Amino acid sequence: MHEHFEHQADVGVRGTGITLSQAFEECAVALTEIIVDTRTIQPKKSHVLELNGTDNGALLVSFLNELLFIKDKKKMFYSKFRIKLGKENIVDSSGNVKEMVTLKATCFGEKINRNKHALRTDPKAATYSELFAGEKNGQFIAQCVVDV
Amino acid sequence: MQIKQLSKFVYELEKEGQMRLAPRIFADNEIISVLKSEQTNPNNSLKQLQNLSTLPGLKGAVCLADVHLGYGAPIGTTTVSDLKEGVITFASTGYDINCGVHSLVVPLTAKEIKEKRKELAEELFKTIPAGVGIGGKLKLNKDEMDDLLEKGAEYVVAKGFGNKKDLQLMEENGKIKGVDPKSVSDKAKERATDQVGTLGSGNHYCEVQEIEKIFDTSAAKAFGLEEGGTFVSIHCGSRALGHQIGTEYLPILDSAVKKYNISIPERDLVCAPINSEEGQQYFSAIKAGSNAAFANRQVIGVLVKRAFEKIFEINEKEVNTFYDIGHNTAKLEKHLIEGKKREVLVQRKGSTRGFGPKCNEVPLQYRKVGQPVIVGGSMGTNSFILKGTTKAMKETFGSTIHGAGRSMSRTSALGKYTGEQIVLDLAKKGIIIKARSLKGLPEEAPEAYKDIISVVEIMHAAGISEKVAKLKPLICVKG
Repeated sequence: MHEHFEHQADVGVRGTGITLSQAFEECAVALTEIIVDTRTIQPKKSHVLELNGTDNGALLVSFLNELLFIKDKKKMFYSKFRIKLGKENIVDSSGNVKEMVTLKATCFGEKINRNKHALRTDPKAATYSELFAGEKNGQFIAQCVVDV
Repeated sequence: MQIKQLSKFVYELEKEGQMRLAPRIFADNEIISVLKSEQTNPNNSLKQLQNLSTLPGLKGAVCLADVHLGYGAPIGTTTVSDLKEGVITFASTGYDINCGVHSLVVPLTAKEIKEKRKELAEELFKTIPAGVGIGGKLKLNKDEMDDLLEKGAEYVVAKGFGNKKDLQLMEENGKIKGVDPKSVSDKAKERATDQVGTLGSGNHYCEVQEIEKIFDTSAAKAFGLEEGGTFVSIHCGSRALGHQIGTEYLPILDSAVKKYNISIPERDLVCAPINSEEGQQYFSAIKAGSNAAFANRQVIGVLVKRAFEKIFEINEKEVNTFYDIGHNTAKLEKHLIEGKKREVLVQRKGSTRGFGPKCNEVPLQYRKVGQPVIVGGSMGTNSFILKGTTKAMKETFGSTIHGAGRSMSRTSALGKYTGEQIVLDLAKKGIIIKARSLKGLPEEAPEAYKDIISVVEIMHAAGISEKVAKLKPLICVKG
């Protein structure tokens, strides 16, 4: 399930699911719903994204912001997501081994078409405000405030 | 949390816990009551102000009358940090780097505009690239982007968008010095390659306005404003370049908090010591983003001038740039700190610089009067032109409001209003709205904002920025 939650100046995006991956997938739909009615997007093309982060919260924000980058750079909207989350040891620039959380997302959508897509507003970026990515009361939640 | 009233329009959030100082809030009783009532929500403006006040090296923090909830820092806030001990904070400038207002004075009466209002609205809508996925006329490669980031508005003037006189009428002459283009990633440059001269969406707009009332005749004369005249306000920022700079520095600052062992009460206050490598790189990137915003608004300003030339019997050169000023900024400025004038880092989030008379930073032609401040309304509402004061230099680090400030969330506004109804209602008041997306319009409904007249009155009565002119919207173009 995805939803927008109240914030006085901006918009909160929240995805919930039975796994954290599913919560991430739903949260990505919530983000896209700020920009466009996702029912008008057909999953014609797929794009694979691979990212890592220091923790699940940072990874969620990076993932949402990457979708906004692709929207501007490739002029693509995605409405369906298949996400795999994992962990990996990564060697940083100083040679230290760090355990990072990783994300592989397959995103399905199509090129922006102003005549076809029901456009709304163009958000600026996802923030660390009200950021949560984890389990609460038996369900997984991925959420943050998006600067609009 | 305790709030003490110092005078009719000045309050103080009392220092407690880890707070380094007691920030002042310029507000009236009603605004303070609303701020207090919002404390039922764990994420609220007063809590954000309290959190912000704990940051290392903080030398000053003020909230202006348009204060409302932000992310990390409340909107309508100015913070001042010591250059040796202080930090540069993500939330105090935000993603929309150097979002601001570029403004023009048109040598036509509002009466003349009204006679061709529909044609002008159509022309502006056609001319100004706006909305989701829309690029501008300029397509820049990486080297050209580097040039733009270093030169700001000067770069686009050299490309034929305006003239050197325009630059004198911009904050920092449209160019903040000291940019290292390498502080901005290639990815950020790629994202914005076709966005110079685009309006964007959300609360960004281009509005043609009637100068409805003059409050201060001598200041208005110095500003070149006449009752019944025509004014244009263009509200936008650094577009996706600024957003991508923020996106990429957010995890860098997150790591810097751990690396330098900085204690922050909430993760959304990620920051880095100003004098650290991360802090210096981020500061350079903000300057680069600011320059991109100056360039962006300058191009749109010229497109608007050309639209007037097309519809009316005037030359684009007869439409004068009035002023360009940002309200999401980070800059080095000199202010009185603990009795001494010192250079400090000033971050303004939803707060406008409003310097008083005699300040060298104010364009020569306005210097006797004080810096012009453009306070933007929301579609149907008035906007205002104010002037900065000497008192502001002492009490708010030369800062004032940027707008009315939101009073209703975007989700509530979407549930209450429809784009079609807003367009019809405003048409009855003689205001033409041209928007790429009617679906996004309700978020910016006039009713979603505080009453701009009372917000301006507070700042005027407090002596921080004084009323010069009131503007009434005639045409509003949105993304």
